[in-house]
Amino acid sequence: MFNSTHSAPPPFWSNGPAPGAFYNFPGTVAPVTNPITHTQSPVTTSTSIVSITYDKGVLIAGDLLASYGSLARYKNCPRVIEINPNIIMGAGGDYADFQYVKSFIEQKIIDEDCLDDGLKMKPKSLYCWLTRIMYQRRSKLDPFWNNLVVGGIQDGVPFLGTVDKLGTAYTDKVICTGYGAHIALPVLRDALDKKPNLNLNEAKQLIKKCMEVLFYRDARSYPKYQLGMIDVDEGVKIEGPISVEENWNIAYMT
Amino acid sequence: MFRNQYDSDVTVWSPQGRLHQVEYAMEAVNLGSATVGLKSASHAVIIALKRASSELSAYQKKIIQIDDHIGITISGLTADARILSRYMRNECLNYKYSMDSYMPLNRLINILGIKMQHCTQRYDRRPFGVGLLVAGYDDDAGAHIYQTCPSANFYDCKAMSIGARSQSARTYLEKKLDELPSMALEDLIKHGLRALRDTLPPEVDLTTKNVSIGYVGKGTSFKILEEEETAPFLALIEGEERRGGSGGGGGAVEGAADPLRESGDEGGAPNRGDPVPQVAMDTTE
Amino acid sequence: MMQTGIRPYYPDYSTVPVERQINPYADNGGSVVAIAGKDFVVIGADTRLSSGFSIYTRNQNKLFPLSETTVLGCSGCWCDTLTLTRILKSRMQMYHQEHNKNMSTTAAAQMLSTMLYYKRFFPYYISNILVGLDNEGKGCVYSYDPVGHCEKATYRAGGSAGALLQPLLDNQIGQKNLQKPSQEDLTQEKALSTLKDVFISAAERDIYTGDSVLIKIITKDGTKEETFDLRRD
Repeated sequence: MFNSTHSAPPPFWSNGPAPGAFYNFPGTVAPVTNPITHTQSPVTTSTSIVSITYDKGVLIAGDLLASYGSLARYKNCPRVIEINPNIIMGAGGDYADFQYVKSFIEQKIIDEDCLDDGLKMKPKSLYCWLTRIMYQRRSKLDPFWNNLVVGGIQDGVPFLGTVDKLGTAYTDKVICTGYGAHIALPVLRDALDKKPNLNLNEAKQLIKKCMEVLFYRDARSYPKYQLGMIDVDEGVKIEGPISVEENWNIAYMT
Repeated sequence: MFRNQYDSDVTVWSPQGRLHQVEYAMEAVNLGSATVGLKSASHAVIIALKRASSELSAYQKKIIQIDDHIGITISGLTADARILSRYMRNECLNYKYSMDSYMPLNRLINILGIKMQHCTQRYDRRPFGVGLLVAGYDDDAGAHIYQTCPSANFYDCKAMSIGARSQSARTYLEKKLDELPSMALEDLIKHGLRALRDTLPPEVDLTTKNVSIGYVGKGTSFKILEEEETAPFLALIEGEERRGGSGGGGGAVEGAADPLRESGDEGGAPNRGDPVPQVAMDTTE
Repeated sequence: MMQTGIRPYYPDYSTVPVERQINPYADNGGSVVAIAGKDFVVIGADTRLSSGFSIYTRNQNKLFPLSETTVLGCSGCWCDTLTLTRILKSRMQMYHQEHNKNMSTTAAAQMLSTMLYYKRFFPYYISNILVGLDNEGKGCVYSYDPVGHCEKATYRAGGSAGALLQPLLDNQIGQKNLQKPSQEDLTQEKALSTLKDVFISAAERDIYTGDSVLIKIITKDGTKEETFDLRRD
């Protein structure tokens, strides 16, 4: 091993640190030789989130599919959730990242409940906090691969905001992510231009229409979806699974 | 010079179950000049009596803003208060940075309590030698006055006064307690000033130089009035007949010179009328 | 001979190269134009937030008041803008608490430069324009590159249509290449109408500029706000 020629000096001592080096405990050989890798692309993904505010609240809809590339892999993956009586949230993108994000949001809510001071987080606070978290992860170049949509009631007024994986955040009366940004958003914006103050029923009809169109046009979508609702009077409800009314009459075999 | 066998270290218990070092720290609060805090349903007011350590020096600042919705007034070691106020400011900034809303006052007081408690349980620390009156307004919880002590206890008060000869201010406030909730801001300040004036010896009066006023309320950020700005309020109570007596109970000003002040473990209850040093770790609220 | 080939293992340190891939930046567009006069300064920013061919929102404020007399306009990477302006807001408050006065426009301008350079090797991808009144009450404009180079000017266009608009401002406000330059001081009305005109032009040619303009006019009497519609396509 050592000293195959007389020119090399004998070792300092065995199993000790090489001169000028850190001590390396015996038996701890580096288990990893590859570079550390971060999420550089999502794996199990969910598609669009469609959301809209109406006069007294917010609706957020998302289907139940988690895809593995083009494979429709998991068909019962809820991604519209209640955070607390003030807030609902929808998420698109990597489903594992969503589950992790969900778990630490829930932990934050539990921590808050444990303070037992009767205060409940408001949607703006969660939205801002998530923006900071998403930005911090993107700054580590290890982002959570999600589009998060936060809806809620802030002091009696409906609130709707979104954060993407970079921490890009904005609020608006309608927000759609993923494929929905191309397909559903124009439909909703058009409806809102015509009638700026929708009621619950009109908003629900619009969401229904959008989920239908998205199912026909988005190859990664699914005909079962959840509809999260938060209302000034009625509070939080997560409805679903709701089925898209499919009509394939126009498609016929020749 | 030890006054007691069991007071050499904060971590040492006396056989009676008391922490003498912590109780001594409580006395530091009584050395500071008096300060008063009171609130209505919509406003919280703090008023402080400023002292100048000599003819040549300026009046020591007593009211410190923490954030737009919180301000404190201090009595005791000013240097310790600066550490605490810096900590509170920091916490408020951090909370606002990540949550985009003001830090709820009760949560701030809670973590402040935790910070202060640390020093009462470690041999390499000493308790903070300062008492605070914290005035704040939350959109959710309304106006609040909190009192904190070196013992790391804190109290949610309707009205409170701490510092030298503050007993007379408390006596005054106790009489007005029922009227406070519905009072307008101006009346709150008026009563606060009267309470503060009661702590003064007869030959001294409140002036624009030695009074500062801080208030916060619904729709108003915390504001400190100094010098001339306090004049209109001082004018409101000027010329009134002052209550008799020179402050119902001395604080440490007289107490410090009182050789009987130390009652000791063996001595049982203090044999003076007042002030009774609060039991440091009073957990009975 | 020492052994080579076995890598030492230090659990607390990363001893291996780390490969990075995702692009942490986005270009969210937007334009900011600022014009200063003797006793006023106007700044306008469009309200479109976009990414590629998608319009995220048509109603995004990109002007951030830092104090009574100072406003910052930001365009570029929106997530960086959000972060920078949040930190700035805290820094303004810290300054106020430490010094018992509001930060002057010149001090804010210097601080912004320092804060940008602090991130020299992972910059905030923002084109910043900071405006305000200086201690004499004169309007002033400071523009920045993403790593903190700061330049004082009297007028400036920045953001996605910055290169398009600056020559126009040079001519209209700076009186460059004119046969008979006007000797009179720039009026608030002229500044405001020029600002609106250049935004109309920008919206014609730049897809990242549009929807509407939010304008702030800062004078010694305070800040006035105005909005102005642009094309929405």
